[in-house]
Amino acid sequence: MSFGLSRVSFETGPATREAFGEALAEAGANKDVIVIDGDVNNSTFTNKFKDMYPDRFFNVGIAESNMIGIASGLAAAGKIPVVASFSTFLLSNAFDQIRMGVAFPNLNVKLVGTHAGISIGEDGPSQMAVEDVAQACAFPGMTVVVPADGPSASIATHALLEREGPTFMRCGRPGVPLLYGPASDFQIGKANTLREGDDITLIANGIMVAMALDAAEGLAADGIQARVLDMHTVKPIDTDCIVKAANETRAIVVAEEHLAYGGLGSTVAMVVGEHKPTRMAFVDIGDTYATSGKPDELLEHFGLTPDAILDAARRVLKD
Amino acid sequence: MPQARTEERTELERVARRLRHNIVRSTTEAGSGHPSTSLSMVEVVAVLYFGGVLRYDPQQPHQPDRDRFILSKGHGAPGLYAVLAEAGFFPVEDLMTLRKMGSPLEGHPNMRRLAGVEASTGSLGQGLSMGIGHAHAARLDESDFRTYVMTGDGEVEQGQVWEAAMHAGNHGLDNLTLIVDRNRHQQTDAVAKVQPLDPLVDKFESFNWEAREIDGHSLDEVAAAFDWARGVSGKPQAIIARTVKGKGVSLLEEAQDKWHGKPIPKEEEARALQEIGAEL
Repeated sequence: MSFGLSRVSFETGPATREAFGEALAEAGANKDVIVIDGDVNNSTFTNKFKDMYPDRFFNVGIAESNMIGIASGLAAAGKIPVVASFSTFLLSNAFDQIRMGVAFPNLNVKLVGTHAGISIGEDGPSQMAVEDVAQACAFPGMTVVVPADGPSASIATHALLEREGPTFMRCGRPGVPLLYGPASDFQIGKANTLREGDDITLIANGIMVAMALDAAEGLAADGIQARVLDMHTVKPIDTDCIVKAANETRAIVVAEEHLAYGGLGSTVAMVVGEHKPTRMAFVDIGDTYATSGKPDELLEHFGLTPDAILDAARRVLKD
Repeated sequence: MPQARTEERTELERVARRLRHNIVRSTTEAGSGHPSTSLSMVEVVAVLYFGGVLRYDPQQPHQPDRDRFILSKGHGAPGLYAVLAEAGFFPVEDLMTLRKMGSPLEGHPNMRRLAGVEASTGSLGQGLSMGIGHAHAARLDESDFRTYVMTGDGEVEQGQVWEAAMHAGNHGLDNLTLIVDRNRHQQTDAVAKVQPLDPLVDKFESFNWEAREIDGHSLDEVAAAFDWARGVSGKPQAIIARTVKGKGVSLLEEAQDKWHGKPIPKEEEARALQEIGAEL
C-alpha cells in the first residue's frame, strides 16, 4: 500500500505486529516471559514465540477476559506475561479485567494490541481499534507506545519487557515504511526528532509518522520548515519535547490513526495548553467509525494522508 | 473423635466466633459494608487459615512458595480482613479502621495496600482467572504451592467464571481449588429467582472438574472437603459450600434479601454479638 506518500520514498518494511512477534521470540530467552494468546497467534505473530517456547505459551481461546485474569495472576506470581490480541478485543472486551487485574494493582503485564486503526482494511469497523489509545491512556500508570515501523517496534518490545509495570503497545496490520535502523536511538517516553524545522511542528505516531515526513517535504516546497516528531510514547508523554516545539515553532499539527478524543492529539493539547498555548490542528479519524474498503482507500476517505497533514499545516499557519 | 481432633475442633469454633464478632463490629463501626456475605464464609476461611490447610507466614507474606487464597467475591472483605488479622497479618485492633480514610482495609480488597491480600477484587467474576495465573506459575516453577479461590454463588452468573472453569479443567490444574460460597442470595433477590444455577456440581464436572457439595458451616465437612481436594489428581476441584447469608445473626438470617451491603445498626449490635458469643 502507498499510505498516500508521493514526495518521499521509503523502503517498505515489516508490519509492526510482525516485528513485535520476532522481538518477542528473541526475548523468550528470559524464562519469566510467558505469552498468552486469544487464538490469533498467527495474526499477532506470537506464533514465533510459541514455536520456540511451547511450554510458556498459552492459547486460552476466544476468551479475552480470562486471558487478562490469568496474566494478572502470573504477574502477581512474579512472571512477565505478554498478552497479545487484536487491539479492539484486548482493550474493549477486557477493559474491566485490565482495570481490576492489571492497572489498579499496578502489575507487570505487557499488553500488545495488533490490527489497530483503519489500515486493516476490508475486515471493517468491528475489527478496527480506533479507541484503544484513549482506553489505554485512561489507566493510571499504563505506559502507552505506538511505534511507527518495524525496527522501532522491535526496540520498543524489548524496552517494554524491561520496564516494570503495566504497558500497552499498539501495532498495525500492514507492512509499513522503514524509518529507523536496527540500532536507532529509541527510548520509551522520549520523542524522536526525525526532521528539524523552526516554522511548524508535525507530531505523529504509528503510520502517520511517514506521512508527516512526506507532508514536511511538501511544506518545504512552500518554503516552510517543518519539524517532525515521532511521538511513539503517548504516555508518559514527552512534555519537554512538546514545550520546546511550542516555543520554537509557530504551530503544531498532531496526526494519528485514531479517533479525535483521548489519543495523541488530546494528550499533546493538554501539554501545550498548560505550558505554552500555541495554535494547533488535528488530523485523525474524527468522531466516527470507518467502513470496509482497501486500506489506502480508507485512509484517503477518512482524511489520514500526507496531503491532509499538509492542508492542516497550511491552514493553521494562515490563522 | 480423638482428643486432639476434638481440641482442634473446639479451637476452630472459637476462631469462627471471633471472626463473626469482628465482622459485625468492624462493619457496624464503619457504618457500611457487607457483613452478611462475610458471615456466610466464616467456617471456610477459619478452616483454610487455622485448620492446617493454607501454608502461610504472616512475617513473610510474599514468600514465593506460600499457598494463595483469592477472595473473588471482594465484598466479603470484612470476612477476609477478620481472618487475616486473626492469622497475624496485622493487629486485630486495625479491623476497626475498616473503610476509613487512610486505612488499608478498604471497602474491597486492595493487594497493594494490605499484606495477605492476594488479589485486588470487587468487580465480580475475575478471581478464578487470577487464581489460574498463580496455578500456572506454580507449575512452571515446579513449586508445590496451591491456590484457593472463593466466589459467591451469584458471582458465577459472570461469563468469565466459565471461561476460567473451561481453561482450568482443560489444563487439569489440580493445584487449584474453587470454593463457591453458596449462600443462595444476591443483592436484590434469591439466586434461584435471578438466575438459577443448579445443578452446579454437574456444571463443574462437565467442565472436567471434580466437584462436591458440602455444608459450608460444618467445620468437619469443610475440613474433609479440603482434605479431599488436596488428594485429587489431574483435575481442579470445586467445593460448593451450602451456607446461610448472615449466619450467626438472627436479624440477618431472618431477612436475607434485605441486608446485602448493609451493616447491623448500632442499636442491634449488642444483641448480634451476644448471639455470636465470642470469647475474646
